[in-house]
Amino acid sequence: MAAERFTITVSGHGAGTGYAHERLLVALERAQGFGHLRDLPRRLPVGCRRGGCGVCRIRVEGGEYRSDPMSRAHISAEEEASGVVLACCIYPLSDLSLRLEPPVTVKANGRVAAL
Amino acid sequence: MAISGVLRPGFIQIRVLDMPAAVEHYTKRVGLHQVTEGPDGRVYLKAADEFDHHSIVLRRADHAGVDMMAFKCLEDADLDRFEKRIADYGYAVDHVKAGDQPGLGRRIGFTIASGHRIELFAQSEQSDPMPRVHNPDVWEHEPHGMAARRFDHALLYGPDIERNLDFFTKVLDFKCAERVDMPDGLLAIWLTCGMKAHDLAFVKHPEPNKLHHVSFDLENWGAVGHAADIITRYDISIDIGPTRHGITRGQTIYFFDPSGNRDEVFAGGYTYYPDLPTRTWDETQIGKGIFYYERQLNDAFLSVVT
Repeated sequence: MAAERFTITVSGHGAGTGYAHERLLVALERAQGFGHLRDLPRRLPVGCRRGGCGVCRIRVEGGEYRSDPMSRAHISAEEEASGVVLACCIYPLSDLSLRLEPPVTVKANGRVAAL
Repeated sequence: MAISGVLRPGFIQIRVLDMPAAVEHYTKRVGLHQVTEGPDGRVYLKAADEFDHHSIVLRRADHAGVDMMAFKCLEDADLDRFEKRIADYGYAVDHVKAGDQPGLGRRIGFTIASGHRIELFAQSEQSDPMPRVHNPDVWEHEPHGMAARRFDHALLYGPDIERNLDFFTKVLDFKCAERVDMPDGLLAIWLTCGMKAHDLAFVKHPEPNKLHHVSFDLENWGAVGHAADIITRYDISIDIGPTRHGITRGQTIYFFDPSGNRDEVFAGGYTYYPDLPTRTWDETQIGKGIFYYERQLNDAFLSVVT
């Protein structure tokens, strides 16, 4: 069976391809490597790629995906429910559009602070 | 006995998001062995070349990072001596009863200026697998995975590392093997309590109590290359390497566990004696100090922590 292949759009900056079995961040790294992401406001944030460090925070603006657990020190349950996630912890189930978000730390009181 | 007091890193307890994935990573890939699982779900691991009961503790949590790092002392009375010195320095000392972790005796604990919890203990049961002591082979249990020989050191990030330097050298009798001084002040320190170039290191960072990496000792540069093959074969998230540190001279790879905690496997490093001077680095050569071949920091070195 052919791997499910989707278009991943970074709003205003270009698009690459992603696969259902592949972490979204890996698809974005590949798109950057091929020069498909132009004029990003800052360098594509790549950290641990495993949900711990919080640097690859994005907002999914459209499309379906599934998620692995991600650090609650960086993404609250409410944010995750609203589509703010770590790109390394989601896998596309359809074409996706997203934008990069600045990384933050979620404090015990629920407040967020810039990383 | 030339080395007394604090002997070496004993164990580190780290938080993981997915326990089965963490156990598979540290046992099958890094090459540790699971000793036991505690009634509270914590999992205890060790390298086959270590005698003590365990050296890595995994605790399931909703965010990654480090709970505490513990150092082993030569004798039980050291704990009383250090408790007085730590309290005199002004840090509150608490007590953890024997048996809180399987196989370990009593511990004392305290929080340092960078926000990290440090513990000291002196008693540990031995556990299998461990080296044979009579007519020993080079290994009793055939190494697997990256063939880690021991939990070697950790690099921790937090504020006020000047205070950590003062505390570890004045109170726990560590020495500073190397340091990095930037125009705006102290950036990093490498501390040793024995004859390794480092047992514990700190980098200045605004947020307290962060983990940069947990490090495992490998036998040689060839083993570092084999570890790199494993990292790609099993799609382990790579940070940098194989490369070398100018600081400590270790041959190294940085990679991430399934919860995003950074691990290091490394080989080599020079021998430190307590009469040796501190080696110093400045802004112009820091890139070479951290990554000797690349000669510049990567994006993640100062910013990606758990």
